[in-house]
Amino acid sequence: MIARSEATPPRSANGDNANNENANENGRVGATPRWNANGATGRVGATPRWNANDENGRVGATRFFLRPPSIQAGLKDPATMKPPKFEYHAPKSLEEALAALGRYGGDAKVLAGGQSLMPLLNFRLARPAALVDLNRIASLAYIREQDGQIRFGAMTRQRTIEFSSVVAQRLPLLKEATRWVGHLPIRTRGTIGGSIAHADPSAEYPAVLAALEGEVVARGAKGERVIRAADLFQTYLTTTLAPDEILTEVRLPAMPAGAGYALEEFARRHGDFAIIGIAALVVREGQRCKLARLATAGAGPVPVRLRAAEEILEREGLGDAAVEAAARRATELVNPDADIHASADYRRHLTGVLTKRALTRAIGVARG
Amino acid sequence: MTQTSWIGKSVKRVEDARLLTGRGTYIDDHPPVANACHAAIVRSPLPHARIRGYDLSAALALDGVVGAITGEDVARHTKPFPVGVTAPIHYYCAATDRVRFVGEPVAVVVARNRYIAEDAADLVRVDYDPLPVVVDPERALDTAAPVLHDAVGSNLAGHRRLVYGDPDRAFREADVVVSERFSFPKYGSTPIETYGVIVRWDPLDGVCTVWSNFMGPFIMHPLTARVLGLPENKLRFIVPADIGGSFGIKSSIYPYIALIALAAKRLGVPVKWIEDRREHLLASSSGTDRVAYREVAARKDGTILGMRFKWLDNVGGYIRSPEPGCSFRPTGNFVGPYRFQHLEVDASVVMTNKSLTGPNRGYACGHLYFETEGMMDRLADRLGLDPVEVRRRNLVQADQFPYRTPTGGLYDSGDYPAAFDKALELARYDDLRREQAKARAAGRYVGIGLALAVDPSVSNMGYVATALDPQFRAKPEYLPKSGAVDAATIKIDPLGRVTAILGTTPQGQGHQTVVSQIVADELGLTPPDVTVVDEMDTFTRVWSISSGTYSSRFGSVGTSAVALAARKLKAKLVDYAAHLMELPASSLEFRDGAVRPRSGKGPSYSIKDLAGRAHWNTESLPDGMEPALQATAVFGFTVAKAVDAEDRVNSSNTYGFIAEVMAVEVDPETAAITILRYVTVHDAGTIINPMIAEGQIYGGALHGLGGALYEELAYDEHGQFLTGTFMDYLVPTASEAPQIDIAHIVSPSPLTPLGSKGLGESSSMTAPAVIANAVSDALAPLGIKINELPMTPSKLWKAIDRAQRSHATPERQR
Repeated sequence: MIARSEATPPRSANGDNANNENANENGRVGATPRWNANGATGRVGATPRWNANDENGRVGATRFFLRPPSIQAGLKDPATMKPPKFEYHAPKSLEEALAALGRYGGDAKVLAGGQSLMPLLNFRLARPAALVDLNRIASLAYIREQDGQIRFGAMTRQRTIEFSSVVAQRLPLLKEATRWVGHLPIRTRGTIGGSIAHADPSAEYPAVLAALEGEVVARGAKGERVIRAADLFQTYLTTTLAPDEILTEVRLPAMPAGAGYALEEFARRHGDFAIIGIAALVVREGQRCKLARLATAGAGPVPVRLRAAEEILEREGLGDAAVEAAARRATELVNPDADIHASADYRRHLTGVLTKRALTRAIGVARG
Repeated sequence: MTQTSWIGKSVKRVEDARLLTGRGTYIDDHPPVANACHAAIVRSPLPHARIRGYDLSAALALDGVVGAITGEDVARHTKPFPVGVTAPIHYYCAATDRVRFVGEPVAVVVARNRYIAEDAADLVRVDYDPLPVVVDPERALDTAAPVLHDAVGSNLAGHRRLVYGDPDRAFREADVVVSERFSFPKYGSTPIETYGVIVRWDPLDGVCTVWSNFMGPFIMHPLTARVLGLPENKLRFIVPADIGGSFGIKSSIYPYIALIALAAKRLGVPVKWIEDRREHLLASSSGTDRVAYREVAARKDGTILGMRFKWLDNVGGYIRSPEPGCSFRPTGNFVGPYRFQHLEVDASVVMTNKSLTGPNRGYACGHLYFETEGMMDRLADRLGLDPVEVRRRNLVQADQFPYRTPTGGLYDSGDYPAAFDKALELARYDDLRREQAKARAAGRYVGIGLALAVDPSVSNMGYVATALDPQFRAKPEYLPKSGAVDAATIKIDPLGRVTAILGTTPQGQGHQTVVSQIVADELGLTPPDVTVVDEMDTFTRVWSISSGTYSSRFGSVGTSAVALAARKLKAKLVDYAAHLMELPASSLEFRDGAVRPRSGKGPSYSIKDLAGRAHWNTESLPDGMEPALQATAVFGFTVAKAVDAEDRVNSSNTYGFIAEVMAVEVDPETAAITILRYVTVHDAGTIINPMIAEGQIYGGALHGLGGALYEELAYDEHGQFLTGTFMDYLVPTASEAPQIDIAHIVSPSPLTPLGSKGLGESSSMTAPAVIANAVSDALAPLGIKINELPMTPSKLWKAIDRAQRSHATPERQR
């Protein structure tokens, strides 16, 4: 199927609320791509962080608000949609999707929740030859518990995760992180696979994937492979997914019972991407720390695991001095960039502040 | 039956049902003309460059493209817009020879639909020769800075030194002089609906009809006619019933009207252009960014003797009317609510490679009060006085009204000390100070801010001439300017139902509701009995150059026209009834929807009765009475006078008052600011609909907080625009909205029939001041004073970090 983007809006196969198709037509708040402060490419005034070498961003996604008022009014004039021309594929199975993707040799984009890709298209920052829309592939939306892991189909909506009892019980850190993802309409469309494949380093899910040492499953023409979090993120909006691969599943190990956790985030407004976010996990035995995990959002081109800070806790326990030392160490482990919202120094400083706050809260709720 | 008063009641807005169910008629819903083609505007990616040429071939070859126009067509077929200064600045509706800011229009492509137009716009090649760039208004005045307009010879679009009283003497005689530099950011309004223009240029009758969400002032109508080479009665502006917000920004749509009109004329098709959000952020309009140097001269007891203002207002690549209103719109209220008599204002209007500016909610008053109220706190600090005391000592007193300011303003009514006291009482100021002392002792950073402001409404068009030199104004060929006028028509149909027709352009203010309340009161009806029509059409409505819905006009001048039209009609009904009853008109009165004998005895004539008779039987009218039951009133303020030889001008017509108190806490680790309390007390005279007034105050406050904390149209030093999306241009949302405690005091205006004044801009002009003062007070132990907005957490943390490093004390190490 080939159509211009004035085609009928695709409805998701897994029963998403259709009303959300254009839930925030004008309110791109929190959903638009992140621009590089000094990138000089592309369209006037919108300098993208979407670099020239970004053949990634696989499950980049859509909020396919293809019903501007003029269309709703039954007129033929779609005056408010302006992506460049692309071919549109709406496969019903993963195999069809892979076949479609394979035909474009890296010049196609995969569309999931659309919260980042659609603005990129409308700004004409992304100019793929084709979109492969996963929203009709019902088999890609699920939450399963298997082999000590919670496995998420790539098209599982953030809103579903927010209210999943499995997630609440087994991955409370993910539940907490989800509440920081954008706003309700964004979470209703946004997917876990899309968020991770888009690899925005300021987003919450990549940080959680890193903190929990999760992995993702990628399917390509040559078959399936599992990529560990540490091997997935390369740089801004860039992953090790091959152009002909689709991220199909996200696997997070269930958190140990009684583990303490917290996600601390600082953003200028509620729902914005983090200036800095810290995901923390601690497993305690009395004052001893059996395991500590710390990962950042916003502190560099990829989510940063603060291993050396974790080690301080694992070595010295969970006392105030150790927490202070870990927070101090955290500031040395990150190399954040400056942008219009925050200087690099401020981000580094916040890394320490939020590490301490996240740890303090995580330790407070940890049992054992 | 006793007459109900609808004025003063929170009558539900009649507009909301249609707006909330998606049935509003906004410009993009408007297909007023068949077969309109769609425009996409090609914009400059460079901040400053010479245009060497255009290549349209690829764009024109695209299937579905109707045609295109470029700066060459603009230069050949239009005139530059008149500007508000005498410097030779040629501002056309698109770049002709050079581009001077990123986003400046350079060409327009018109196609069968917007998709094709966008695709074709992408294919337009413009050959640029880049030029050096300047974005900072102070740097722009360096002799070495690149000059944007060669004919001007510098980047100074205009400069005025205004002197009132004897400021030099005031500073000589002062016990203390406090000086400070302030910087105010460039921010806009981001209405939900962007600009939109639809033009049909009829080649047969020569009429150019423009549908747009232009909101006035309609002075821009003759300006646009002139640019297009049209007689004014061949240019028709129509504004649909609904505009999705403006806050001043849409007054600057008029260059796009000219541009799209030219495209429609050249290409021979009706053309529609709806601005997208990126375009809106890039090149619609905004307030100026300003650098200000302030000095205050005072006695030891806090009495202010005089002030000096030095301003550099950055109007961007060209000066677009009504600029330099950024400097002079508040001329009459330069002194704010204070009594001092000696003032020097040194106002420079500077052009740089940024987008253009214009009215933005509070037009220049946010800047003014941010500086003045900051100075009040610094003075208090210097003198060791409470900031409340310093303000009280200098306030205009209740018995001084009407109060003539040294700059020519005529404050019509008010009781500033009472309003201030009310704000302090509501905020429990003394308790707040005690809580602050406790918090400080515990190492917390809690601060209390104050801001007082005179809230001017209904601009007097005459203020614009303050930008011109008095010698220039003294020339015989110079035509003085003044005025603030609005019109309304009320008619009664044969069945006694009432229609009120306005020429206003509401952008969500609820004119239909408010007018129905006023007319219901005047004619003894209920609001649903009154149908209010408020679309604007320059061919059919009564209007003047000051018409429109801007500068908080409607609550003052628009409502006055409505009340006067109703009274005129009432008088006619009384005369008619007197004729029917064969009684002298003086023995009758209009009461409870009917004409009755004053004595209360005898028959009465209801509106319905009179309407039926008057319409169906004109023979029943007295000799000389005009048939038909309708009345048009045009209300104009007589206090709106032209600027005098000493640069004094009553720049607005009614003046309200705002007193605000805010308490904040700053987290010294993250620099996050939490608003603990926000109290705002307003005096806007008679409040017609308290619910609508409250909405305006909330919106204004949030808009001001946006400028103080979040919003900035930012550029890097190379002139590249950094905030082209809502990811980077942060607008406060409901989540960021603090609880605001609102109260009113009422000092009715003696100048308006209802005693009302405007308050649409309201707290947008005080919020930046009050929060900057509160944060400064919170961080006083660190010696930090906020003199630059927006206070982003990153910038604030830098100041905190620097201060802590230089004088950390153990008690602050938490």
